Amino acid sequence: MLFEVDVEKKIGDFSLQVDFSLSEKKCGIFGPSGSGKSTLMHILAGLLKPDKGKIVLDGVPLFDQKRKINLSPQERRIGVVFQHAHLFPHMNVRRNLLYGWQRTPPQERRGTPEAIIKVLNLEHLLERGVNSLSGGERQRVALGRTVLSWPRLILMDEPLTGLDRDLKFQIIPYLRDVLEQFDIPFLFISHSLQEIRLMTDEVLVFEEGRLQARLSAEELARRRLVTERRGYANLLRLPSPEPHGDLWSYRWGGTELILVEPGEKGDNLFELGAKDVTLFKQHPVATSARNLLPCQVSDLFGGGNRIGVELTCNGGQLISQIVPESVRELDIRKGMEVVAVIKASAFRRLY
Amino acid sequence: MLSLTPQDIQAIALSVKVATAATLFSLPFGFGAAYLLVFTRIPGRAVLEGVVNLPLVLPPVVVGYLLLLLFGQSGTFGPVLSLLDLRIIFTLKGAVIASAVVGFPLLVRSIRIGMDGIDNQYLQAARTLGAQWWDILYTIILPLSGRAILAGMTLMFARSLGEFGATIILAGNIPGVTQTIPLAIYEYTNTPGGDSMALSLCLVSIGLSFIVLLISEATARSFKKR
Repeated sequence: MLFEVDVEKKIGDFSLQVDFSLSEKKCGIFGPSGSGKSTLMHILAGLLKPDKGKIVLDGVPLFDQKRKINLSPQERRIGVVFQHAHLFPHMNVRRNLLYGWQRTPPQERRGTPEAIIKVLNLEHLLERGVNSLSGGERQRVALGRTVLSWPRLILMDEPLTGLDRDLKFQIIPYLRDVLEQFDIPFLFISHSLQEIRLMTDEVLVFEEGRLQARLSAEELARRRLVTERRGYANLLRLPSPEPHGDLWSYRWGGTELILVEPGEKGDNLFELGAKDVTLFKQHPVATSARNLLPCQVSDLFGGGNRIGVELTCNGGQLISQIVPESVRELDIRKGMEVVAVIKASAFRRLY
Repeated sequence: MLSLTPQDIQAIALSVKVATAATLFSLPFGFGAAYLLVFTRIPGRAVLEGVVNLPLVLPPVVVGYLLLLLFGQSGTFGPVLSLLDLRIIFTLKGAVIASAVVGFPLLVRSIRIGMDGIDNQYLQAARTLGAQWWDILYTIILPLSGRAILAGMTLMFARSLGEFGATIILAGNIPGVTQTIPLAIYEYTNTPGGDSMALSLCLVSIGLSFIVLLISEATARSFKKR
């Protein structure tokens, strides 16, 4: 996929002016509310006409002010998952799901409704009215409805905002699975750093209608170590656990981690706050923490009163967040050997 | 106490016939007008809105007289009508047209309220799913304004049952041809000793209106269930 966007739009006092091209399949658009994310989404989908510029998807111009091209939303084949699902209230789940499918030329369809319904786990809901669905179910149906119209690109406008924490993490695996399995590129719009990191690889950062930065999701998280209230969070993908007394042991790279929370068979995603990783210069003699990992300092970043220490531990990578005073006292430098100490209860399972 | 003459029964039948015909005849136009007013930005929208609503504020007698000027033998459409061998004034057609014009604003207003209540984002969602405007009209707007359409039809039907001013001017008061319930009541009240007959027809009128309300409520409820 190659998506080239160069547009300008003025709405009252607000002006949006962006110029970027994308080839990555999992892209994020990150920015605070009012930064123009939603305006951009409406422009890309064809629901709002830009003042000037052009939008080209895989060589096909969707909008070109100079050549007077402005394809309608129905001609663009760009799917949208809205923040509030917007399921058609007079149709049941099945008819909602098939709405786009029935309007897609057969040669464009790349999978059957049954396959999507299965991946999204919607079999038992098909005959239900949409007003009886929970927030998470509604969003899954909305995603299925959009995927079944087999768009060339899906725009997701804060699809997880408004869902509670647990629901959010229930839905993310579905989102990832279905988009990966059917190979549909997407632009994920969000103001939540965590969602952006879980969903995307490449991120465009917006502020006041302008593109401020373009970087990887990981890089964005590291840069925001100083500004994010919660600091940096390590995301660890851990396989099926083994019982370890009344705790659980997970393989992580070449080492083992001891956690309080049991996970499920297959992949589990855990969050570990960087500030929960304590550094010792030497192996402590005795500690209540269950994880003592000998590591090497591979990088130092951040600023102000928060320093991120990148640690390489037997193949795995971990960020510890400490204060500058500790860096000076322990004389932490690149290449130095330290011991990272983590409590078994510091890990939080996301999904 | 409810005693009806054959002429009364004819008037009742005519009333139902005129109201039904006027409502059904106006429905597609009413839906179209409401759609244009709510969903499009055509030039002259304000004018259209004014024309549609005018019969609501004009005295029905004035509407009837204007219609007479349009459809009379020497009226604007007179030559066309005589060419087609059509007669509007003093016929059932005239009664239907009078009712249709007077009730039209009520129909359009109801449907508009329903259409205004449709979240624009449903339409946006449908567009991004590949639906053309006529497709959206049929699959989203029409079903979602179903209750409003029904309410509009009820209002209009009830208004047509009671239509008097425009009808008496355009269609006259001819028993068995254009004499509907209100016209028959009017005639009774002008006849010495016609009071009890007028009352009988009033009761019929109340009964009819009540039945219309009941049917509309029941249908609206079944809409809600779906």
